[in-house]
Amino acid sequence: MRHTLAQIAGVLQRMFSSKLAGSLNILVTGIALSLPAGMYAMLQNAQGLVAQLSGSPQISLFLNLEAKTDDIDELRKLLAQNQAISRAEFVTRDHALEQLKVSTGLSDVVGGLKQNPLPDAFIVYPRQGDVQALEGLRNELAKLPVVELAQLDTAWAYKLEALLNFGRVAVLILAGLLSIALIAITFNTIRLQILTQRDEIEVARLIGATNGFIRRPFLYFGAIQGLLGGIMAWLIISMSMLLLNWQLEALAQLYASQFSLHLLSLEDSLTLLLFSMYLGWLGAWLSVARHLSQIEPR
Amino acid sequence: MIRFNQVNKRYPGGYQALKNVSFEIAKGEMVFITGHSGAGKSTLLKLIAAIERPNLGSVIVNNQNVGVLKDRALPYLRRNLGIIFQDHKLLFDRNVFDNVMLPLQICGFEYRESHKRVRAALDKVGLLKREKSNPIALSGGEQQRLCIARAIVNRPTILLADEPTGNLDAEYAHEIMAIFDSFHQVGVTLLISTHDESVLQDTEVRVISLRQGELQTASPTATPAGSRLA
Repeated sequence: MRHTLAQIAGVLQRMFSSKLAGSLNILVTGIALSLPAGMYAMLQNAQGLVAQLSGSPQISLFLNLEAKTDDIDELRKLLAQNQAISRAEFVTRDHALEQLKVSTGLSDVVGGLKQNPLPDAFIVYPRQGDVQALEGLRNELAKLPVVELAQLDTAWAYKLEALLNFGRVAVLILAGLLSIALIAITFNTIRLQILTQRDEIEVARLIGATNGFIRRPFLYFGAIQGLLGGIMAWLIISMSMLLLNWQLEALAQLYASQFSLHLLSLEDSLTLLLFSMYLGWLGAWLSVARHLSQIEPR
Repeated sequence: MIRFNQVNKRYPGGYQALKNVSFEIAKGEMVFITGHSGAGKSTLLKLIAAIERPNLGSVIVNNQNVGVLKDRALPYLRRNLGIIFQDHKLLFDRNVFDNVMLPLQICGFEYRESHKRVRAALDKVGLLKREKSNPIALSGGEQQRLCIARAIVNRPTILLADEPTGNLDAEYAHEIMAIFDSFHQVGVTLLISTHDESVLQDTEVRVISLRQGELQTASPTATPAGSRLA
């Protein structure tokens, strides 16, 4: 145990003995990771923003013009029993006409109508948000008696989903590419280290070190460098968010609304750190597997 | 303890370092390997530590055929050997103490116990006062003694020394030989290669003599004084 600590201490000492090279690596790792992770954070915020602006999706059920009060009560019960629906709001045709007058400013036109052309309607608020579930619920509701038309604001839901999916895929591609780049950086760093510590590796082999013993400090190095890079990325993202929030506050005030970017959640932060640590470890592992076998004592 | 059976070693490129070498060394023996440079002394020692492998024949150490040992098993063979290298192979990125500490670290020795052992080994070779120095600041003789301390800190049963007095003047060489003698006294098996036969003059030991890879003399047991072939 003490020897392991001593090994880690040695790794840290080596890492900070070459301050410039070490910090450059950490900086590069940090910037490379902050791009996809920052985009991800923005995406999360966008999702939150859209949800906040548009509220939850809804399905409008327009009823037959001939629907009787009994039919409507029957339907109300059915809707109340449906597990997929959080609540349903009944809008009478008269109320709908009133709203039309007020909200569109077409009172003259509407007033000129001989009879109310609007049907009674239910506005249904589904419990679940994803597009397929909503579409399924719409189809189910359209089959109910006295329902003339069930309308889901699908266009809106589809667009949002598509846009967010586009963003997610873009983030994934970027993350994938930059991860490979990071693995390559660590690979090369460790390669150089193995070369400079050639003597030590050779001597250790000669006096009975197992491959595991020789490999370990390099793996520690990769993991620690990855972790520090992750911390750097986290700092970059958080600082950027704070700067953006500062400006966003002024903007939001102009629109008389309140909105600010959320920092990465605890879970996302931990994921970022663990992932970057893993990348560093992986790069080191690949490098060690490739290069250590080339050093044979003579 | 150590047995060579008809060992042949040819390096890539065709150089034949050892030809048909057979001998046996008993537990606790101190044996000198002599011969001019290029006679195969270093190769012989390297075969024992499985740093090189024989092309033909077998090298048996502690009842193990080390010539066919799996790479995975090598570390555990070498932990039983103390090796003193011709070129010392000291690490100049750490001090004297940490150089001697390395073998114990490798074996995963308990921390406090390993400190005691390092001090004891350094004391044995007279370098205790230099424990904080960098090996680069040591004289040739001191570096050689540091190398010995590193080889013995693990308390190996077999000690291999390749030209330990190679570049030292007579006084240092005698100091080193006295240290080896003390290990011999406590039952360590020693193999010491040297091209300098003057160090043999006042010692009473068995000699294996090599010429161009061939065995010249391998006296079966400790040679009586005077009858030794040079």
